[in-house]
Amino acid sequence: MKIYTAGNYQVVVIGAGHAGCEAALAAARIGCSTLMITLSMENIALMPCNPSIGGPAKAQLVREIDALGGEMGVNIDKANIQVRMINTGKGPAVQALRAQADKYEYHKEMLRTLLDQPNLDILMAEVVRIDTKAGRVTGVLTKTGAYFNCQAVVVTSGTYLKGRIIIGDVIFDGGPGNQFPATKLSDSLRDLGLTLGRFKTGTPPRISKKTVDFSKMVEQPGDPRPLRFSYISPPIDRPQLSCWLTHSTPETHRIVMDNLDRAPMFTGVIKGRGPRYCPSFEDKVVRFAHKDSHQLFIEPEGRATDEMYVQGMNTSLPEDVQIQVLHSIPGLEKVRMIRTGYAIEYDYVLPSQLKPSLETRAVEGLFTAGQINGTSGYEEAAAQGIIAGINAAMKVLDREPLILKRSQAYIGVMIDDLTTKEMDEPYRLLTSRAEYRLLLRQDNADLRLTEIGRQIGLVSDERWRIFQEKREILEREIKGMKDYQAVPADEIVAMILAKKGSAPLKDRSNLWDLLRRPQVEIEDYVEAGLIPEHDLDILEQLEIQAKYEGYINKQYEQVKRFEKMENKLIPAGIDYEKVTGLSNEAKQKLTQFQPISVGQASRIAGVSPADINVLLIYLEKERRK
Amino acid sequence: MQDAIAAISTPPGEGGIAIVRLSGNKVIETVDKLFKPFRRDVELVKRPSHTLTLGWIIDEEGNPLDEVLVSIMREPHSYTGEDVVEINCHGGTLPARRVLERVLQMGIRLAEPGEFTRRAFLNGRLDASQAEAVIDIIRAKTDKAMQIAMRRLQGSTSRLVQQMEDELVLINAMVEASLDFPDEVGEPDYEEIKEKLEKIIAQLEHMLEAARRADIYRQGITVAIAGKPNVGKSSLLNALLRKERAIVTNIPGTTRDIIEDWLNIRGIPVKILDTAGIRDTEDIVEQIGVQRSREVIQQADLIIFLLDVTTGITPEDQYIYESIADGKVIVLVNKEDLEDKKVREEELQQMFPDIPVIRGSVKEEIGLEELESLIEQMVLAGGLNSDDLEMVVNLRQKQSLAAARQHLQDVLDTLQQVPLDCLGVDLQGALEALGEVTGKNLKEEVIDRIFHEFCIGK
Repeated sequence: MKIYTAGNYQVVVIGAGHAGCEAALAAARIGCSTLMITLSMENIALMPCNPSIGGPAKAQLVREIDALGGEMGVNIDKANIQVRMINTGKGPAVQALRAQADKYEYHKEMLRTLLDQPNLDILMAEVVRIDTKAGRVTGVLTKTGAYFNCQAVVVTSGTYLKGRIIIGDVIFDGGPGNQFPATKLSDSLRDLGLTLGRFKTGTPPRISKKTVDFSKMVEQPGDPRPLRFSYISPPIDRPQLSCWLTHSTPETHRIVMDNLDRAPMFTGVIKGRGPRYCPSFEDKVVRFAHKDSHQLFIEPEGRATDEMYVQGMNTSLPEDVQIQVLHSIPGLEKVRMIRTGYAIEYDYVLPSQLKPSLETRAVEGLFTAGQINGTSGYEEAAAQGIIAGINAAMKVLDREPLILKRSQAYIGVMIDDLTTKEMDEPYRLLTSRAEYRLLLRQDNADLRLTEIGRQIGLVSDERWRIFQEKREILEREIKGMKDYQAVPADEIVAMILAKKGSAPLKDRSNLWDLLRRPQVEIEDYVEAGLIPEHDLDILEQLEIQAKYEGYINKQYEQVKRFEKMENKLIPAGIDYEKVTGLSNEAKQKLTQFQPISVGQASRIAGVSPADINVLLIYLEKERRK
Repeated sequence: MQDAIAAISTPPGEGGIAIVRLSGNKVIETVDKLFKPFRRDVELVKRPSHTLTLGWIIDEEGNPLDEVLVSIMREPHSYTGEDVVEINCHGGTLPARRVLERVLQMGIRLAEPGEFTRRAFLNGRLDASQAEAVIDIIRAKTDKAMQIAMRRLQGSTSRLVQQMEDELVLINAMVEASLDFPDEVGEPDYEEIKEKLEKIIAQLEHMLEAARRADIYRQGITVAIAGKPNVGKSSLLNALLRKERAIVTNIPGTTRDIIEDWLNIRGIPVKILDTAGIRDTEDIVEQIGVQRSREVIQQADLIIFLLDVTTGITPEDQYIYESIADGKVIVLVNKEDLEDKKVREEELQQMFPDIPVIRGSVKEEIGLEELESLIEQMVLAGGLNSDDLEMVVNLRQKQSLAAARQHLQDVLDTLQQVPLDCLGVDLQGALEALGEVTGKNLKEEVIDRIFHEFCIGK
């Protein structure tokens, strides 16, 4: 094969899934000449599994991506078919927006954005090799001989690396949705000194809408007033489609049990442990044998398609068993299966080899993001994508990398987890993983991150203007409420309190403090003309900040203590073997993970408080030299 | 400057003095709040560095805990390079421990093993050649402390802690699963959470109570003897001293003529508190004034109230009793060996309905056995079984257990009043506090538990 020089770019992004799209857009928007290489133009921003975006922890991620100047929020706002706010009664920290996506629209809208993006070229090809010189990325080679010189590479290959599809005893090489796998890139990554592991995940069958009997199911409509993910999207006014709830039956479970000898999960064909938050249906039946029914959600995959997704039915059972199982479910008795459910095994890069910037420690200028780092979920992938894209650009432009702290963003929590924990299943973000959940809310992601995005050069003038306006209104209204002295004789205040059944004022107070009373709502102030009409999200923001001030301040106190150790940085290249006083386990773990701060070191399993003290003293000794 | 830390920096055991050392942010200001100088014109915060100030450490009510000498050293000219305060207490473990607990009440953290030395090094007060020695100290002390803590946490205590951990992890998992997987899990069962919370809080209280009782054996208690002149207070003291081996006698105070007498009653070190009336001579009003009696009640774990059978219950007795009736009281009717009996049974029952009354004679040593066993019973309140004796927790663990209990009480108080995510703040706080006792990171266990208990999956 003749290799020819096909172009020069500052950044090359390999892959065009959710991580790849964000990485390419970020690098290009910052101003780097960027090339995105995808195995298939039709699979750009593909949703090979759940047709939905958002939910607890994930909605926060989408808002954070949006605040930084990313695309996922904007794109889902263009391509949703149903929007719901979930967890509404459980508090502001866990309230989360979730949208059902039209898969085809989602792809089309993202493709349009990519094609319109200056500085960004798209190429359909398979990358087979990444070249380096003196430990730094120099270029990539495609299967057909095209060679691109570049200064940074972001690999976002998802589950395509040596992908292997398993349906019963049928096993073949393939990427998600029966696409071609990437067969050569794994070896190239290994040659560069990276250690790869193997994970497994799966997806349920898809069924034909025409053959579903919805009369036997419970309808799940969207919210009457659908909210947006992006702070800059126009309001959503298109009609929404419903999802449907049904359940498995004792008959379903009997079919599964009768066919366990043909289930690859149980015959030993699939060796890796699958993600526990996304178990296969057969696994649920076996592990929770006392339950004779499991919920199943039937979700449309788009407005113009007949395909529906059976949420809760991940399976790698043989095709004929999958059909039997479906037919045992109320409403699906006569259903026609369009796509068979499958399990997929794929290579991933152990994320302990990454810096918090998502650059590999082995090769300068080589970044990885998304499922290749052992995570699961579109949102997790996109969030890493934008960070890897930003930091690839920062590398090329010789600027400091962007590293978000655990106290700043869910993105920070996730990347810190990836770089300090040993994983034995694909990583999914949960709100329970965040220590400062009450600070990292979806409603304040813009207040937390827009300024950072602006400094980096990702936040457009339009977004910046909208943000500044919002921030000014918030500051003005908060000050206004605190300055408004409410006395017992104040008739307007007395009327609100009486109407809401809240005790009358005894002493002087102000509107801000009164808002902390459980009965009093911000809308009451608007109705009484005490504050002007504002957008819903501004009113919501004011109310949350007032009502939860006590808990929020409690968390700020915790953050202050936490950040002390985060700010103690560890210089690169310490030979931990030479640090006397460290336990052997600590030496090994610190060498493996190469933490950037003492705080990060303290989160590595096997590093004890005594080791941290020893490390602090060592660092001080070195500093004095 | 770093956050403030405190610890007893003298070796444990009996010595002339014991020093509580504090270092870090605002320690001088903090100690100023609980220190009352002898000289009214003196203010600790205004004293220059490297000076000594005499005064009392006072409790929340303003009552003196111990007479102390406080030295202050301002940064950077101190051992740690930070503001340092050293409180010189009276010898023996009890005064220093009380002062330390008082300091911790003010929100100051108990120092980790070797932390003062570590800070001294990090702040440039020790030279680099001493670093290795510092590491050795930290390594040894930390490992040792951990070892001791672990050894203490064996047997039934460890089972109890594990049980609590398990329940708490489960509550956390119930809440977190509901937050992270609303479709699959739904609302948590608040009744179940409430039940479990109450159970854990009760267990924590049991442990803290056991720790307190175990402390009684290590730290001792204080007992005051009250009563009018000539009722037999000093005779009682002398009789007890004669009968039991005195641990320490007659430590003269530096400025006041304090008499501290330590007895050993059924294995419990008992300090007989200085009540002015012990030396029976002067005017009753001056001796047992209301003010003085209040102080006695504040300080004493137990008060023995003496009556004289030959005089009957006089207005004077009633006056004294009123001032001590808030405390734990044992009534001893003295001089029963004499013929002239003027105290009737009905009278006693009426005046002391729920209070133990002993009739005896100090001179003839009648009723002393009964008195001692009553003291033991009342101090240990319910008796100590062999399980509890294992629950010897150190101060750090006690602090963590108390913190966990506080968090859980907050959860219980706000259950169903604040949203679930806010409850999570305190639930995780409790989990962290309990994790400090055993050195485990329970957060990961919560996540494991979610997947174990709940069928979750899209």
